[in-house]
Amino acid sequence: MASQRTIEIWVGVFVAAGLAALMVLALQIAGLTELRQPPGYQVTAYFDNVGGLREKAPVNMAGVRVGRVETIELDTESYQARVVLRIDERYNRIPNDTAAAIYTAGLLGEQYVGLEAGWDDEPLAAGGRIGDTQSAVVLERIIGQFLTGMGD
Amino acid sequence: MTDFVAALGQRTLFGLQGVGRAVLLMARLLAGVPAALRRPRLIIEQVYAVGVLSMVIIVVSSLFVGMVLALQGYYTLVDFGAAESVGTLVALSLVRELGPVVTALLFAGRAGSSLTAEVGLMKATEQLSSMEMMAVDPEKRILVPRFIASFVSVPLLAAVFSAVGVLGGYLVAVGMIGIDAGSFWSNMQASVTVRDDILNGVIKSVAFGFVAGWIALHKGYEAEPTSLGVSRATTMGVVHASLVVLGLDFLLTALMFD
Amino acid sequence: MLADSSPNETLVEARGLVFRRGSRAIFDGVDIDVQAGRVTAIMGPSGSGKTTLLRLIGGQLPPHAGSVRVEGHEISALSRPDLYRLRRRMGMLFQSGALFTDLSVFDNVAFPIREHTDLPEPLVRDLVLLKLQAVGLRGARSLMPSELSGGMARRVALARAITLDPVLVMYDEPFTGQDPITMGVLVTLIRRLNDLLGLTSIVVSHDVQETMAIADYVYVLADGRVIAHGTPDDLRDSSSEWVRQFLDATPDGPVPFHYPARSLEADLFDGEGL
Repeated sequence: MASQRTIEIWVGVFVAAGLAALMVLALQIAGLTELRQPPGYQVTAYFDNVGGLREKAPVNMAGVRVGRVETIELDTESYQARVVLRIDERYNRIPNDTAAAIYTAGLLGEQYVGLEAGWDDEPLAAGGRIGDTQSAVVLERIIGQFLTGMGD
Repeated sequence: MTDFVAALGQRTLFGLQGVGRAVLLMARLLAGVPAALRRPRLIIEQVYAVGVLSMVIIVVSSLFVGMVLALQGYYTLVDFGAAESVGTLVALSLVRELGPVVTALLFAGRAGSSLTAEVGLMKATEQLSSMEMMAVDPEKRILVPRFIASFVSVPLLAAVFSAVGVLGGYLVAVGMIGIDAGSFWSNMQASVTVRDDILNGVIKSVAFGFVAGWIALHKGYEAEPTSLGVSRATTMGVVHASLVVLGLDFLLTALMFD
Repeated sequence: MLADSSPNETLVEARGLVFRRGSRAIFDGVDIDVQAGRVTAIMGPSGSGKTTLLRLIGGQLPPHAGSVRVEGHEISALSRPDLYRLRRRMGMLFQSGALFTDLSVFDNVAFPIREHTDLPEPLVRDLVLLKLQAVGLRGARSLMPSELSGGMARRVALARAITLDPVLVMYDEPFTGQDPITMGVLVTLIRRLNDLLGLTSIVVSHDVQETMAIADYVYVLADGRVIAHGTPDDLRDSSSEWVRQFLDATPDGPVPFHYPARSLEADLFDGEGL
């Protein structure tokens, strides 16, 4: 049997390696997304159809990630989808008349919310609402419209 | 016919008695944990025996598991044009399932069997009895430190398994297949979460370490004090621990990711 | 310890002891008295439950009926902590020695001290060396149990059994499988330690000559009962068939040569079953 000292050193190395592996899992593999939550503000957008959009999906502007989807729920008065977006604090000068649309990354990829900047000088305030929205592209509907159009 | 029924009944009762004794032992082991923490040296020795000495097998097997996962994942995903998601597949499989489960199975085979054999031999050679006669409780002195070492070591080993496995997946996906390193990591980071995936994986591995250590010690402690009895107990320990780990995995998965 | 073990005081007292293993009665009403300061031997053929008796005294097994008292305490009625406190005053030498295989000779002997006291290491060292000196193995302190001969292992185990200066030491078959020289050493050791340290000893054995040589009082067990007891001289003069068979080592007698079975004729001509 190894000496007491050697055992202690090895156990120390082992525990350190295990904890380091846990750190790697949290930081490198999970990217620590929910713990590294940057300060931000919420804005709401109503969509006729969110398609396959899911919570935590990214919110991009000009291809740059500026926030993420916080909640998606059905508004029981308008029967639209009420989507709360969380925008990072440093992007607090997004124009008031910005438009939101739901896109798909690639043909089968994940869906995300894309923001198109408007021209208004007034910035979108915390708790504000994005008026101009464009629903998710639902593949079946497009194909349906395409077929109907061909018939004319 | 009645013989058969009687035999069945007897076996069932025997099995139930065994389970009952195992549960009582677990209660005593748990009760012994606080007192055992006051003698960290005993625990450190056992962490060395069950944890440090299991590192090689864990690192080597996780590297291969990660590499195979990446390769198989790639073959399937490339048909859907989603080869970049291979990182996600590797990481989620490892962190949620394979890390804790395969680690627990390897632990049962490598460390659990040696715990059973060691305790069984100590019983067969009257070392446990003589300890009792020296007014030292063998459950507290021998079993509890080994039990603690098991459920401390398995989560650490499982974390190493997952991390090294992802590294293996990275080597194959990025190095061999040529997937872009950036999208490998960013796809992974977008899908893996600390709370739902990593924390649940850690909880699983603590539970598995608990079960693997407990069953191994129970089998050794209950072993018939002969060489045949000890070897039989060692085999049964590994078999039972593996089965219980897999069953428990299903249960925990159903509870966690409903 | 000498003070409270004055001669003729009963240290261990068993009354009406009954112990069964399955349906077989190993003890069926056994009375035994062990006088303080003496070497009491329990003799009997193999399988007569001699080792079981030691376990009953040590509280490792509960009797099915009857009582075992040590220093007046009813063993089966003691709480676990009380039983453990009492066990610190007992030492037991197992047949195999039962040394801890992963500890050196020194650490084996130091084990009870380290478990039960917080003595500083230099003091532990002195105590261990003294105990090893008593059994003549001070020079073997750094050996591992696997490097010891059977006789040496038993002497180390003996040193370990007396490290906490017990009142009572129990020897389970100390002479079995030893060469004559080792046997002589053990016989002398048991007697000398008993007298020098003021111990009370219980020796369980089926080695008639060695046991009779050191015992002050002897019990002979067979068939779950005490069939004879007395000083070695009393027993040598005994005319009991049982005692004669045991002492003279004749193969057949009251203790039958044959395991109980049907008659040979019936077994041979029936031809069925096992």
